[in-house]
Amino acid sequence: MRPGRGIVRFLRAMVGRSYPRIIGSNRDKSWLFYDTVLPLLGTIAFVYVYKTLGAPERFVGYVIMGGATTAFWMNVMWSMAAQFYWEKQGGNLELYLMMPCGLTPILLGMSLGGLVATLLRAILIVSLGSLLFHVSYTLRQIPLFLLIFAVTVVALYGLGVVFASLFLFWGREAWHTVNLFMEPVFLASGFYFPVRALGFWVGVGASIIPLTLGLDAMRQLLFAGSHPALLPARVELAFLVVLALFFLLLARRLLQQMEYLARREGRLSLRF
Amino acid sequence: MRGEGTNPSYGMKDLAVETKDLVRVYRRRGSSKNSQDSRIVALDGVTLEIPYGELFGLLGPNGAGKTTLIKILVTLLLPTSGTARVAGLDVVEQAHQVRELISMVSGGEHSGYGLLTVREQLWMFSQFYGLPTRLALARIDELLRIVGLYDERNRRVSDLSTGMRQKMNLVRGLLSDPLVFFLDEPTVGLDVSAARDIRAYIREWIREKPGRTILLTTHYMHEAEELCDRVAIIHKGRIIASDTPSALRRNAAGGSYFLLTTEHLPDGGWLKEVPGVRRVDTRALDGRTEIRLQLAEDGVIAGVVKALADRDRKIYSLTKVEPSLEDVFIQIVGRRLEEVDEAG
Repeated sequence: MRPGRGIVRFLRAMVGRSYPRIIGSNRDKSWLFYDTVLPLLGTIAFVYVYKTLGAPERFVGYVIMGGATTAFWMNVMWSMAAQFYWEKQGGNLELYLMMPCGLTPILLGMSLGGLVATLLRAILIVSLGSLLFHVSYTLRQIPLFLLIFAVTVVALYGLGVVFASLFLFWGREAWHTVNLFMEPVFLASGFYFPVRALGFWVGVGASIIPLTLGLDAMRQLLFAGSHPALLPARVELAFLVVLALFFLLLARRLLQQMEYLARREGRLSLRF
Repeated sequence: MRGEGTNPSYGMKDLAVETKDLVRVYRRRGSSKNSQDSRIVALDGVTLEIPYGELFGLLGPNGAGKTTLIKILVTLLLPTSGTARVAGLDVVEQAHQVRELISMVSGGEHSGYGLLTVREQLWMFSQFYGLPTRLALARIDELLRIVGLYDERNRRVSDLSTGMRQKMNLVRGLLSDPLVFFLDEPTVGLDVSAARDIRAYIREWIREKPGRTILLTTHYMHEAEELCDRVAIIHKGRIIASDTPSALRRNAAGGSYFLLTTEHLPDGGWLKEVPGVRRVDTRALDGRTEIRLQLAEDGVIAGVVKALADRDRKIYSLTKVEPSLEDVFIQIVGRRLEEVDEAG
């Protein structure tokens, strides 16, 4: 048996780095409370606002969908964007930079591990929320729905890698920066209401966050005919593909730049 | 990963590590770019040649440039000027190829994830080298047995003592069977027993892998003396001496060395006034005082004994000793290594 090179090593490195994330969720089950019950409480609050106002039933579904989506956004920001910063503080980043597999599979491994746990959280939130409030979905075009979800996730995690490099440049401000990107994004991306309510151009501007278009497109397919869409679902899918390619290319460029700056400046990756 | 017992010859001169006029300048944060104060010269023209199979020590106080040199060699830092090659490969232009052949372990390292077990953590790192799982686990178990950590293999990393953790780090560094192994102060912060174990494994590894090379930085004199085939003393970013420990002691220490124990002597500084006494170091020892003397020649000791007798100081023991690397360091730098550390 010989050590793998190329794609074999790439895949092994990716699986290797995803392992702590996956096993971590299994070993420390406190996330079941913090990452499902707590977000669900916020979601329930919005549900009651809509119910009090006598909004149509589909709004409850919007809110539950949005509640599930927060799990993805939080995962991308806390577990990806801020990850290089934490890895630097923990002393891992300099080791990762030295690894012959390169940084890309390690970051993808982080994403993969995070995605598994986040997907589970999202399913739990949707299931619990739907059970509690008897939400019914009319899912049509399942392949299109899955495709939109997949492209959204790819674009979102591409954005996560972009942020990971940027946050490292910003250094110790990572914590504050992550907080800065929470509530404003929940608002601008329409997590708890159709983004169209903010106006067409605000919605288009907020579409730089892939969740805006992804959420809007998936809502169209779940609540067909009644959802005030920003753009038709297929157009939104096309934009999402562009966003995914853009963020992946930008992420690659920024990773290279980050590695170069880390080596030139020293302070980016090393703790001294 | 590589053939056992072979002596690879990647470089023209069969050198595992080669640096030429290596300079690294840091820019101080918050100071103007043109100001001289904004520049910190960490390495100032370092030239080194380390052949394959050598355990080479880099000895110096904190801030001497040891870690900077290692970071450049392991491709984590770019030099400001000069060249550095590892296994014949340029660390700037061929960084990715260099990374295939090297590994590094630092003292006080807290890499990895506390929630993983020792075996899981090591497996994760093995995957970054592309090792098949079966081979990786077999190698992990073998190395854990060698460092005496096999019984702790299923223990969480967060529950390990500092010494155990460093043994695990050492295993992590050896997983890829590196051609050139960099150890940056590997025993710093460890208790005596754990440090001794680590040194023993390092010695054992290089003995069993004749083609491999270790570059070890330390500011422990005894560690450098005990482990290294050759030692370079680095101070203020410059290599100020480089040779085998015995040759350094013989050539660079200068003069004769004596160890003398007297009844308590609060201040032995006046002994320097005895003609021919170059240096006096005293330390309290169970109500007595141990004095280490550097003399111009053996005959000077008679004057020292007389000076103590004139002051009614009993002498309990007097031994002629070999100079140590500490003496070499003092002779070259003018101060003890700890004094340089404290002065920053």
